[in-house]
Amino acid sequence: MKVPLSWLREYVDLPAATAQEVADKLTAAGLKLESIASHGHDVKNVVVGEVLEIEELTGFKKPIRHCRVEVGEATPREIVCGATNFVVGDRVPVVLPGGVLPGGFEVGARKTYGRMSEGMICSERELGLGDDHAGIMVLPPGTPIGADVVELLGLRDDVIELEITPDVGYALSIRGVAREAATAFGVEFRDPAAVEVPAADGPSWPASIADPTACDRFVLREVRGFDPAARSPLWMRVRLTRAGMRPVSLAVDITNYLMLELGQPLHAFDRAKLTGEIVVRRARQGERLETLDHVVRDLDPDDILITDQSGPISMAGTMGGLETEISDASTDIVIEAAHFSATGISRESRRHGLVSEASKRFERGVDRELPLVASWRAVQLLAELGGATVQPGVTHAEVEVEPARIAIPAGYPGRVAGVTYAKETVVRRLEQIGCVVAGGADPATRQGGVDPTGVVTGGELAARLAVTGEDMITVTPPSWRPDLTDPNDLAEEVIRLEGYAGLPSVLPSAPAGAGLTEGQRLRRRVGRALAESGHVEVLAYPFVSEDDFDRLLLPADDARRRAVRLANPLSEDEPLMRTTLLPGLLKTLVRNIGRGFSDVALFETGAVYRPREGASGTAPVLGVERRPTPEELASVEAALPDQPVRVAVVLAGEFDRSGWWGAGRQASWADAVQAARLVAAEARVELSISADQHEPWHPGRCAALYVGDTLVGHAGELHPRVIEAYGLPPRTAAMELELSRLESAMPGPVETPAVSAYPVATQDVALIVPDFTPVADVEAALRDGAGELLESIRLFDVYTGEQVGEGNKSLAYTLRFRAPDRTLTVEETTAARDTAVAMAADRVGAQLRG
Amino acid sequence: MSDYDPVEVTPLHADEVSRMEADALAAIKAADSLDALKQARLAHAGDRSPIALANREIGALPPAARAEAGKRVGTARRTINEALAARQAELEAERDARVLVEETVDVTLPWDRRPRGARHPITTLQERIADTFVAMGYEVAEGPELEGEWFNFDALNIATDHPARSEHDTFFVGSTGSGMVLRTQTSPVQIRALLQRELPVYVVSPGKVFRTDELDATHTPVFHQVEGLAVDEGLTMAHLKGTLDRFAEVMFGEGITTRFRPNYFPFTEPSAEMDLKCFVCRGASAVPGNPPCRTCKSEGWIEWGGCGMVNPRVLVACGIDPARYSGFAFGMGIERTLMFRHNAEDMRDMVEGDVRFTLPFGMEI
Repeated sequence: MKVPLSWLREYVDLPAATAQEVADKLTAAGLKLESIASHGHDVKNVVVGEVLEIEELTGFKKPIRHCRVEVGEATPREIVCGATNFVVGDRVPVVLPGGVLPGGFEVGARKTYGRMSEGMICSERELGLGDDHAGIMVLPPGTPIGADVVELLGLRDDVIELEITPDVGYALSIRGVAREAATAFGVEFRDPAAVEVPAADGPSWPASIADPTACDRFVLREVRGFDPAARSPLWMRVRLTRAGMRPVSLAVDITNYLMLELGQPLHAFDRAKLTGEIVVRRARQGERLETLDHVVRDLDPDDILITDQSGPISMAGTMGGLETEISDASTDIVIEAAHFSATGISRESRRHGLVSEASKRFERGVDRELPLVASWRAVQLLAELGGATVQPGVTHAEVEVEPARIAIPAGYPGRVAGVTYAKETVVRRLEQIGCVVAGGADPATRQGGVDPTGVVTGGELAARLAVTGEDMITVTPPSWRPDLTDPNDLAEEVIRLEGYAGLPSVLPSAPAGAGLTEGQRLRRRVGRALAESGHVEVLAYPFVSEDDFDRLLLPADDARRRAVRLANPLSEDEPLMRTTLLPGLLKTLVRNIGRGFSDVALFETGAVYRPREGASGTAPVLGVERRPTPEELASVEAALPDQPVRVAVVLAGEFDRSGWWGAGRQASWADAVQAARLVAAEARVELSISADQHEPWHPGRCAALYVGDTLVGHAGELHPRVIEAYGLPPRTAAMELELSRLESAMPGPVETPAVSAYPVATQDVALIVPDFTPVADVEAALRDGAGELLESIRLFDVYTGEQVGEGNKSLAYTLRFRAPDRTLTVEETTAARDTAVAMAADRVGAQLRG
Repeated sequence: MSDYDPVEVTPLHADEVSRMEADALAAIKAADSLDALKQARLAHAGDRSPIALANREIGALPPAARAEAGKRVGTARRTINEALAARQAELEAERDARVLVEETVDVTLPWDRRPRGARHPITTLQERIADTFVAMGYEVAEGPELEGEWFNFDALNIATDHPARSEHDTFFVGSTGSGMVLRTQTSPVQIRALLQRELPVYVVSPGKVFRTDELDATHTPVFHQVEGLAVDEGLTMAHLKGTLDRFAEVMFGEGITTRFRPNYFPFTEPSAEMDLKCFVCRGASAVPGNPPCRTCKSEGWIEWGGCGMVNPRVLVACGIDPARYSGFAFGMGIERTLMFRHNAEDMRDMVEGDVRFTLPFGMEI
């Protein structure tokens, strides 16, 4: 909301405060300053002149005039001018040499078109008054020569732009802002709506309300003989422009001006284009209307319409119809001022993608008492400025409305704030905003009429929100504050007007908490472990495309292809929610490589979104008047996809760097698997790893990661075609693991191990196994065979070559044995080694080498 | 010793012993290496050295002479051994000094064979914030990112037709009527906490949220917030202010100035915006004539986040009696906090995953 201060000062006696000071007070009251625009402060040396003589210069591409202009100095000024819309004797604004126009544009005396020009004759735009640049501005005859144009036209003004929150529709008006400013400065407020409206003298154009849930007040007034050529006065055009609206024509400007001043949207119909009684009703199936913006709209049965015998003529509170619009020939005008359902207008506006100044106000709540006043002021202005005659009658259709009353203990605002406010303070503050306050508890819910705001009311809500206590008062909010419905709304009004700055700062003592959960701790440890071991964390967007699934080579029936689709994705290229963390990581990897970082290890921890088998696809929207039942809540949960937390790693380039110490080491499948082991170690679970074939991994270099029988993820080198599809470096490796599954497998607290003080006995064995035998299997056999005396086992060499025969490999292990209670004999350790080897021979056909 | 002469044993004469001592000391002094010293030790203090041989002769003296001769030889041997030890120490020190010099390396050589990675500052900032509140007794609550509309809007008193609802640029899941959205705020976790936990409830919930904004320097469709919620008997706005003042102090340091300004959020009533006095210009840029400030856009204050007393309607939707319980809630943007706290200027840096952005932040923030 843009508020010219001159307009504001018309209704509130603001002290001599700067725009910033006014804005600060309003900000403290909840109307937040967005920006301040100053107009005319830099303008100087612009005076009224009279054109004495015009000489048309020839020989130029456009008409050029050399004028002599009387400006009240010793001699007239000579000025060259390119406009032709003035005649000798006209009074015009002249900026003299040394003068400054808006924007700091300095004007001097100079030679142009072969003549001296001592200044400039100005257009409205040059004076910062509007967009009119068709010609120079001709002032009314008799305007005093030599007068300061800045003073004369009120050029100087400050406009403060306020951010209006969606609850306070009344503040979308000069009237509302002025009321807040008056309260903030403790000065008098003059209500622009407090005008004497004469008693109705019969009806105007016939009208009725067919749907009382759509509209609860509908007012029509008429003027005849309006001069369609009449132009809006300068002051009105300047104010509209500075408040952010474009001047259009006098009749339209008057409706807009009053909407800005009072907050009541108005609509002007061309009386000649109306046929029969006007009825406010909902649309019928199949009805259409061409609106002012030349769009033919299919109407929804929920749309609120203004209709006459011809059918729809206006979309209520949103946009008028083209057919009945006033034109530059309209002389007889019917003014509509109404109070529509806030929710109705909100839906209509959303449904048709039509946000107008009117709809913005109606959906935030408009003062129901304004239509009679605003329409009266409209016809008065049409008469005054457009030469029209006001017709005596007024049509006033309305639905009976009983306003709400809220009962609170007088001490309630203080109870909410944590301070004590005297009862007089509470009552005074509530009265300042226009409430009527009475003693005792006599609450009532609003009866009849339309939804005044989008806030849910009715049912048992009021009873559940009721507060009780000593010294009850009953508050009736004013008609312009339909947002005040609950005890806490009243508490906020008192507290904000008393000032948030005065609230004490007290730290509450929360009960002792249990700290982070095991899962939360695990996620932190995993992140830290991966970062410490060389990986950099990224937070990629979770949006992916079918194309990603293709690039990952996912089979048609892969569960990861079942992804949640967004109804309104930012980009149609990525309409799906990720089912794997890899696409985001791989794209980030490519980005880093493109920026010159070829040795990169990245990780991400985050949710993936996996639709549940058989989910309905629709989550019910429950009521808000009570706690939902467990069944109701379960029905919402059942529709939501499963959203487990995963961790994934991608690696490319050197993982161990080359340097002066020698060659480094390329990241490989092994680093990806090791990252998984690292993560599992943080969860204190042991991964069992087996070869697998699973996209997007290389079929010969893919590890399945298990905890017990539960598959928790995969790791290895990516498939060469995946690498090609994403433009990754050769041999890029990746790991993805479901942390949520690891979390549920986490063991309890660590059992303290018994540390034996007896010496260790070491035995080395070399086993020959076929090439394809997984090392993990050999090691498991050795472990199981070695029995309890085995302390640790370590593979220290893998050998292939002639000595072990074609298709075989030799695995060399060191076995360390130790007993808790004695020194082991050679016989004991040899026996343990032999049973280990026997087990390996038995399970995987291992032969003891040489 | 076949010529046994109990009286005259030449080697035990005083001048003989003195000569042996002098010879030994001279040899020790002359030894210029540990090997040479070893030779000198063998020659002058070894089993077959003159002084050792002399010592053996003492037994042959008449008892009356033994004491004096023994004393004389003992003193000489002690002097020789002391000289040996001293020279040994000297020579060892010399050798050590020489070897250590020879072993000198260039300690400025790099050794970044496996450079450390880093955690994303948005993650670590969320953790730090969580820790701040955990220290006050709060617990960390969680909720799904793809959320039921009822949790994200209705239960938070953002009714279908309220203009506040359309101010959230919402991603809808499936179709607009699915009742599911990508959560536009962390506030639905308030509802989950109130439905799942025993009262009183003191929780914070950092997490990812979504709005249909295109990525630019100040907007991103995926960003992070931290939600705070306390519901207990007797909580007031003063408690809210005290909590956020403490939070601001922990985040931005002692001496930070805060202000509460009325604002509107459907799920709190009364509602406030928590502003911080600009810590770059200290508010000076708001005074006309002073130089402008980029951090606060010369407003003097920085909007940090929204807060307020939990709207009793929210309590009702969760089955809590507002006549008995009250609460406060707040929500701050993590990216915004990072921008203020660490002078991060461009939102794009936070989402692109460029390692140059993330690495300096290390493990904690």
